Amino acid sequence: ALRAEAHRSPYSTDEPPNSLDQITRFNNFYEFGPDKEDPVRHAGALTTDPWAVVIDGLVERPGRYDLADVLSGRVLEERIYRLRCVEGWSMVIPWIGFELRGLLARVGVQPSARYVAFETLLRPEEMPAQRTGLLDWPYREGLRLDEAMHPLTLLATGLYGETLPNQNGAPLRLVVPWKYGFKSIKSIVRITLTEELPVTTWNRMDPSEYGFYANVNPEVDHPRWSQASERRIGGGFFAPRIPTEMFNGYGEEVGTLYAGMDLRVNY
Amino acid sequence: MAIEGVNRGLRRVPVAVVWVAGLVPLLLLGLQAALDGLGVDPVKALERQLGKLALQFLVLGLLITPLRRLAGLDLLRFRRAIGLLAAGYAFLHLLVWLGLDMQFQVGQILRDIARRPYLVAGVISLVLLVPLAVTSTDRAMRRMGPLKWRRLHLLVYPAALLGAFHYMLLVKGRPPEPLIYAMVIVVLLVLRILRVWVRRPSRA
Repeated sequence: ALRAEAHRSPYSTDEPPNSLDQITRFNNFYEFGPDKEDPVRHAGALTTDPWAVVIDGLVERPGRYDLADVLSGRVLEERIYRLRCVEGWSMVIPWIGFELRGLLARVGVQPSARYVAFETLLRPEEMPAQRTGLLDWPYREGLRLDEAMHPLTLLATGLYGETLPNQNGAPLRLVVPWKYGFKSIKSIVRITLTEELPVTTWNRMDPSEYGFYANVNPEVDHPRWSQASERRIGGGFFAPRIPTEMFNGYGEEVGTLYAGMDLRVNY
Repeated sequence: MAIEGVNRGLRRVPVAVVWVAGLVPLLLLGLQAALDGLGVDPVKALERQLGKLALQFLVLGLLITPLRRLAGLDLLRFRRAIGLLAAGYAFLHLLVWLGLDMQFQVGQILRDIARRPYLVAGVISLVLLVPLAVTSTDRAMRRMGPLKWRRLHLLVYPAALLGAFHYMLLVKGRPPEPLIYAMVIVVLLVLRILRVWVRRPSRA
């Protein structure tokens, strides 16, 4: 249904996408458990309708927006993006979504805003791992305003031309293809424009391992995983490792955002 | 009384039964691998399962002495097979990591081991298991003598602890499973230390 409305985008990679089966059975969505198969097993119980997103902080028109309201007037596009996980694997995913900057423009960003904070739904009765101490709940992420306003930055509502499956972050998730996957927060219920650097979950839990920026960078090692190369999911037992690209291959588009910054310090 | 009966029954069980039972998980993994049943990322699934099996057999091996001392259950005859199964699964776990996961990229493998504490722990754990596997034969036992042999085989404690530590360090967030392995191994180690401590006066 979504595909009919979705436009093709020059931002899409022409690499072959992973199958729907791979994309929907192999997820990090810790609200449903730590294993890759936990989300597909447990996310069916998540209620995504009704859904509302609170947009607040330094915006002209703060409020609690119904999902239909968030989506009204948005132009849906198909964006085939590479996804690189901090754990060293990667996929290619045909998202359906719209640019975050359009939504931000609609609610009006105040001049003093410098960051955008995001929050995932907190609903332990439907998200079993939220009843445990696996992470500090609710999951939080954030972007610098210029990152949020970048045309590559997407709010996704679909996958392979269909509505986004729950385990992939339904009904609304962020996609920031040049950053490690954990930045692309799922099942968003709050978007807050702030002046201060927002608190983000992984950064707070383990600041030496997870920086605020989390840009894909083969030269900056993660303390636990080398980021020099990655395994593309779907290649079977003998698939060769492929070298990881700076900014996950989106350096031409986003490199200027970080001009003059020491990416070893701002990892 | 009941335990005597169990022990009598156990004496009739050939050690081969333990070997066969211990290799069933490997057979299942092989079948799953062949039939595309290991999920979307079969390499990681295989790696994880083999690592977990190694830890599970290490814990089983460590349970044998306390079970004998606390419950009178005599499983000593099966311990060598259990230990060798643990070492075998640990070795296969290493092979899958080196070959399928890292694709034998020697440079990155060495850099990774040098830099990452979880790999250091895993590698040391495996290295410690090697002399234990090598000296598991009757001949080695005779040659070394019981005291030296037993002392050497205390290395299974640091090996198990490091294995559990390796698992704890490699997961993200705070999942309970690695912590459970670590806690069980620590409890078994404490039991062992207490036992030595209790026995010492009677030895003098």
